[in-house]
This record gives sequence, structure tokens and C-alpha cells, in this order.
Amino acid sequence: MRTSTRRSRRLGAIAVVAALATGLLAGCSSDPDDSSSDDNGGSGKGKTTLTVGTFGVFGYKQAGLYDEYTKLHPDITIKENVTTRTDVYWPKTLTRLQAGSGTDDIQAIEVGNVTEAVQTQADKFVDLGKEVDKSQFLPWKVAQATTKDGKTIALGTDIGPMAICYRKDLFEKAGLETDRAKLAEQWKGDWAKYVALGKDYMKKAPSGTKFVDSASSVYNAALGGESERYYDKDGNVIWDKSTGVKKSWNAAMTVATSNMSAKLKQFDPTWDQGFAKGSFATVACPAWMMGYIQEKSGDSGKGKWDVAAAPTAANWGGSFIGVPVAGKHQKEAIALAKWLTAPEQQAKVFAKQASFPSTPSAYSTLTPAAATTEYFSNAPITQIFGDSAKTIPVQYFGTKDQPINTAISDVGILQVEQKGKSPDQGWNAAKAEIKDVLGQ
Amino acid sequence: MTSSKQALAHPATSADAAPGSQPGAARGAQGRGTPPQDPGSWRSRMYRWDMKASPYAFIAPFFIVFGAFGLVPLLYTAWYSLHNVQLSGLDHQTWAGLDNYKNLLSSEFFWNALGNTFTIGVISTVPQLLMAIGIAHLLNYRLRGSTVWRVVMLTPYATSVAAATLVFTLLYSWDGGMINWLLHFVGVDPINWRESDWGGQFAVSSIVIWRWTGYNALIYLAAMQAIPTDLYESAALDGAGRWQQFRHVTIPMLRPTILFTVVVSTIGATQLFGEPLLFGGVSGSKGGSAHQYQTLGLYMYDQGWNIGNLGKASAIAWTMFLILLIIAAINLLITRRLRKSQ
Repeated sequence: MRTSTRRSRRLGAIAVVAALATGLLAGCSSDPDDSSSDDNGGSGKGKTTLTVGTFGVFGYKQAGLYDEYTKLHPDITIKENVTTRTDVYWPKTLTRLQAGSGTDDIQAIEVGNVTEAVQTQADKFVDLGKEVDKSQFLPWKVAQATTKDGKTIALGTDIGPMAICYRKDLFEKAGLETDRAKLAEQWKGDWAKYVALGKDYMKKAPSGTKFVDSASSVYNAALGGESERYYDKDGNVIWDKSTGVKKSWNAAMTVATSNMSAKLKQFDPTWDQGFAKGSFATVACPAWMMGYIQEKSGDSGKGKWDVAAAPTAANWGGSFIGVPVAGKHQKEAIALAKWLTAPEQQAKVFAKQASFPSTPSAYSTLTPAAATTEYFSNAPITQIFGDSAKTIPVQYFGTKDQPINTAISDVGILQVEQKGKSPDQGWNAAKAEIKDVLGQ
Repeated sequence: MTSSKQALAHPATSADAAPGSQPGAARGAQGRGTPPQDPGSWRSRMYRWDMKASPYAFIAPFFIVFGAFGLVPLLYTAWYSLHNVQLSGLDHQTWAGLDNYKNLLSSEFFWNALGNTFTIGVISTVPQLLMAIGIAHLLNYRLRGSTVWRVVMLTPYATSVAAATLVFTLLYSWDGGMINWLLHFVGVDPINWRESDWGGQFAVSSIVIWRWTGYNALIYLAAMQAIPTDLYESAALDGAGRWQQFRHVTIPMLRPTILFTVVVSTIGATQLFGEPLLFGGVSGSKGGSAHQYQTLGLYMYDQGWNIGNLGKASAIAWTMFLILLIIAAINLLITRRLRKSQ
């Protein structure tokens, strides 16, 4: 008797729990259906809402492109989901892509992650190569987003051609050349020459200022001009044999072991303060950095900054946008992705945000915002970055490019620069770190 | 703690004394008037059903949520930890057996993280609890505006980790930070807090201490106010001063509370994550360039989300879980010993 009541009680409990659970699950599963029937009205009268997943500032909203597109296509509204940091954005996007749900209709991909996406997520993206004229993009940009069997998973947005942004006023006080053409001539061809100029700067440096913000920014800038990075074109890791890494490391070590660095970590709040206080005279300056400088340096830096060509043509950063197969409105999303990456639209983003186009046909039409030109002492920005963009070498990336780069700049270089370790010790620390990254 | 446990123990003993009867049923019958006479009728069956099932229905939400967001991920993590899984290839899992764990035990970064978790835990928990007791003792005096003081004590706890850490990061910045500026008055050269080995750990602990001291102080204060005042009066009659009262009355009476806060703080210290991550700034999950303040939580995050090695990250998660179980076991032993000694 006793056992039987126990059992019935247990059964009752299970029944209740099961009922509640199914109720909850039903509540969950009915949700997306409802919402999709609401906005999945491509054929009907309802509006289609397209979502664009980005990180940082893409400039589409800022340049008014979404509003413009909605005006051209009244049945479409666009919502941008911004995740500020790439290191948060990318893992999230990876898991959603593989789960096949929760992705935005358009997902942005950073250049450091694009190889991983090409090699591991190609089947999760629509082949955009069939939708556009690929020849309008820079060939190396298309190659980075294309699989071995020719599927282009994403379209290039901006690129990061390199220049050097420098404080004209500080250079003058330190008794250096201030003319941008002559300066470019002084360090042309080798980042070591740029670093050598730093030693001259430090001899008469205005008090409280250093030549450069950090050793790792010199490393990243120099590496951006090398064809050999961490991987060869077959996808083998070659980081410890790579000539590009070695040259860039040496340039960075000269900075780290001298007193010419302000020892700041890029994108830290203290780095922002460094811009505001004017505590360093130069910064390796991919096109997208100009917006950042204007924002952080503020009015006090207006007209004091100038731009000169970098020692070598280099690329640092830049992104892609792709259309996930899992998206609900593929056709509309493809149309929007094509439109956003077309030369005319890229030129509009450049005018607003100084993000440099990946479509060469836009270069002749580029006009930077008047405020930007004024801020950077009327430097011929378009020409400087355009020249760099055209001669950037083809670079091969690998699946673990980001973590390897972090290991070198935020462990190896930082230990030398801020902890006073020797370059050998720094290199070994980076080596141990990379072994851990590669699971060796 | 002990008193509440005793209170809990009472219904159980009464149930043991009368094995056949169900205390719940009796109470229910009183509350709802006479139960229906005919045991076979629909109403009575509904009634019996209600009696038996309702309690389960009421507690079910917690267990369902726990099952979905606690148990399933826990088991899934265990499964992952026995496989090679990359973040970019969740559907390509290959069996690895205990490789991930072996890997971990031979990794210098793991031992470093374990050591850091321990040292940061000690240098944040010990001063934090000592200060909390002291502050609680002071707050226990008759004070004007005592509520204000108590609310102020709780404000750091209510502040978000992100906001607090950001402020501390600026205070500790080596170039132009306020702490180095203050130190220069006493002739100390600027310290690069973030990159120095002990400086980083010290800075992280200070954020933890700042956030949690008030919280613990309020717990102590609540326990102190439950101490009968006649104990103090008789101690005073025996000629005990303030300090002696504190040592011989307050501390012994607080012992269960102290044990509770020690356990909670230890668990918190083992899981320490937000403060060192944000203090490290960009790529903060490394915990400084030499991993000086990389805790186990950060190591797991770095492996899983930055490097994308989910198998190894899962193994770290389970190792952390085992460590917490060991801590719980040690706590149980100490509690038993303490109870025996009383």
C-alpha cells in the first residue's frame, strides 16, 4: 500500500513537471514562428526587417546608408546589432553560425577571422561571388574571402592602408623635419628608418612626450607590409621562420628597449588619454584610425596632426560582410550586402568615417570630409592612402592568426616593453604562448 | 547558522516520532475545512491530487530552470572535456579521452593560474573579512544616522564590476594615475601596477576588497545584533572591557557566520573573473603579459573564446568544479569539528 502511494505520488510529480516543461518549451518554440510570420512579408504588404551584425563602428549608420536604402526600398527596414569588441563578437557569431539560428541577416567578419571563416564556415555562408562583379574589388581582398574551390563567402568592405600620423607641432619642437613629403622620404622603404628617426626625436623631445605610442603598434604596422606572416599559402604555420615576423619584431624591439615609447596599450582608456594629452608624436595610422584620432584627440589636436606615407605599403585591419545561409531573408540580404559594398556606397562611408574602400574604382571619386582634411593639416589623405592601397602585398592568413598575434604583441612585446625583459626572453614567452595556442 | 539548522531539524524529528501521520495533510485538512466524505468522488480525487502534486508544481520552476541552464550545460561540458572540440567546428568532435586533463596538468599556464587564484584569493579574502568584522563592530555601536552608514557600506556592492574596475584601472595607471601620484609624495617611484608581478595581484585584490567588504560587514552586523545583550551585560559585570567583550563574546557567537562568509568568499575567489579581465584591458584574459593575475576563470575564458579550444576549456571548467567540491568537503569537516567542540 505504502509503496503504491509513493509511486503514484512520484508519477504525479513527473506528470506535473512534464506538463510544465512542455508548456515552457511550447512557449519558447512558438515565439520565433510568430515573429517571422509578422515580418516575413516579402511578398505581402508587411515590411521586411533586415538585421546587420557588426562590431565597432562600421560607419553605415553614420553615413546614413540605412536610411538611404530604406528610401529606395520602402518595404525594407534595417536594424544594426553592434557588438563593440571583436573578441566578443566573433565567438558569439561562430556559435550562432554553427547552431544555424540566431544569426543576423548580414554578418560582418574581421580580416583576422576571415580565413577561419573561409576554412571552417564556408557552408554556412551564401556564395556572394556569383552575385557581384568580383573584378571591382581589390584582388587580394577577394582572395582572402574565397575558398579553394572558388566560393566567395563575403564581400570586402573597407581595408586598412597604412600611413604615419604625426604631430607636426611636436616634431617642430624636437627640431625634426615637418614636411610630410620630406619625412616620408626619410623613412621610405624600411620601418627601421622610422624607428631610427625616433632616436633623433628623443634627443630634443618636448617634455612629457614620446616618439610613438607603443612597440606593438610598430610591430603590427610593419607586419602589415610583409607578404610572409604567420602562415604560408598552404595553411602551414611558419611564424617562427617567417622573415616578415622577424623584421617586424626587430623594429618593435628597438622601440621597446629604448625610451621612445609611451608604453601604452592600444585601445585601452589610457591610450585614449594619451591622444588627449598629446603624449606621443606619431602613431601608425591605418585609414580607419583617423576617425579615432579625431575623436580622442579632440579639438586640442585640430590642425596639429599631419599624415605622411608609411615606410612600406601595408594593410592593417579591414572587414567583410557575408550573408549566413541561416538568415530568414536571404534574397533581400544579398541585395543589401551588394549595395552596401558597391563603390559608390564605400565612397560615402569614406567621406564620413575615413574607412578606405576595397573597390579601386571608387578611389578617383573619394572626397574626405572637410573636417577631417582640416584636422590633418590639409594632407592629401586620399592620395596617400590610395597609393598605399594599390601596392599592398598579398598576405596569407591562418585559422589561429588572431591568437598568435595576441601572443606576440600582448605577451612577447609587452614583456620587453613594460616588464624590462630581454628580447630573447620576450620571444621565448611568445613562443610558449603560441605552443599553447596551437595545442602543441 | 546552527540555530537555523536546529529550527529546520524540528519538523523532521516530529515526523520521525509519528511515522504514519503526514503533518502536511493534517495542516491542509485544518486549513480547508472537512475533507469530502466519499473517498471515490471526483472532488476528493481532485483534492488528493492537489495535495500531492501542488508542492511539486510550486518547486518545479526552479528545478526546470536549473536543469536547463545548470545541469545540462554541466553534463555537456563534461562530454566536451573528453573530446577535441574547436569553437569553429562544434560538429567535428573527436574522442580525446583524458588528454585534455593530462594536457592541463602538464601546462605551466594552468598551474600558474591555479597559484594566482589561490594567492589573489588569500590577499583579497583575509583582509576583506577582517575589515568587515571591524566595521560591523563599529556599526553595532549606537550611532547617529546608523541607517545612512549601513546603506553607504552597501554601495560598493551595488556598483557594477565594470564601472568599479574601470575607475580602479585609471587610479592604478602607471602614467598619471592617482595612486602613483600619491606615492610620489613619499618618494616612491611610479609602479607599473598592471605589469608588475605583485602589483597586478594587489590591484585586483583591492578591487575585490572594495566591493565586498561592506557586504560582509552587513552580514556580520546582522549576526551581531542577534547576540543577546545580557551576554554583554554579564561580561561587563565581570569587568570585561570593550575589546575583551569583542574577543570573548562577539567572536565566539559569530563563529557560524564567519564560517559562512569564509565559504562564500572562497567560492567567490575561486571563480574570480570580471575584475582581472577588465583590469587587464585589451586582451585582459591573459591576465597581464606574464599571466601575473590570470585566474582559473580567465584561463578558461582565454582557452575557450580567444583560442577557441573548447575541449580544453571544458576540462578547466570541470577541474574548477572539482576544486570547489574539495573546498566544500573541507568546510564540512571543519563545521563538524566545530560543532563537536561546542
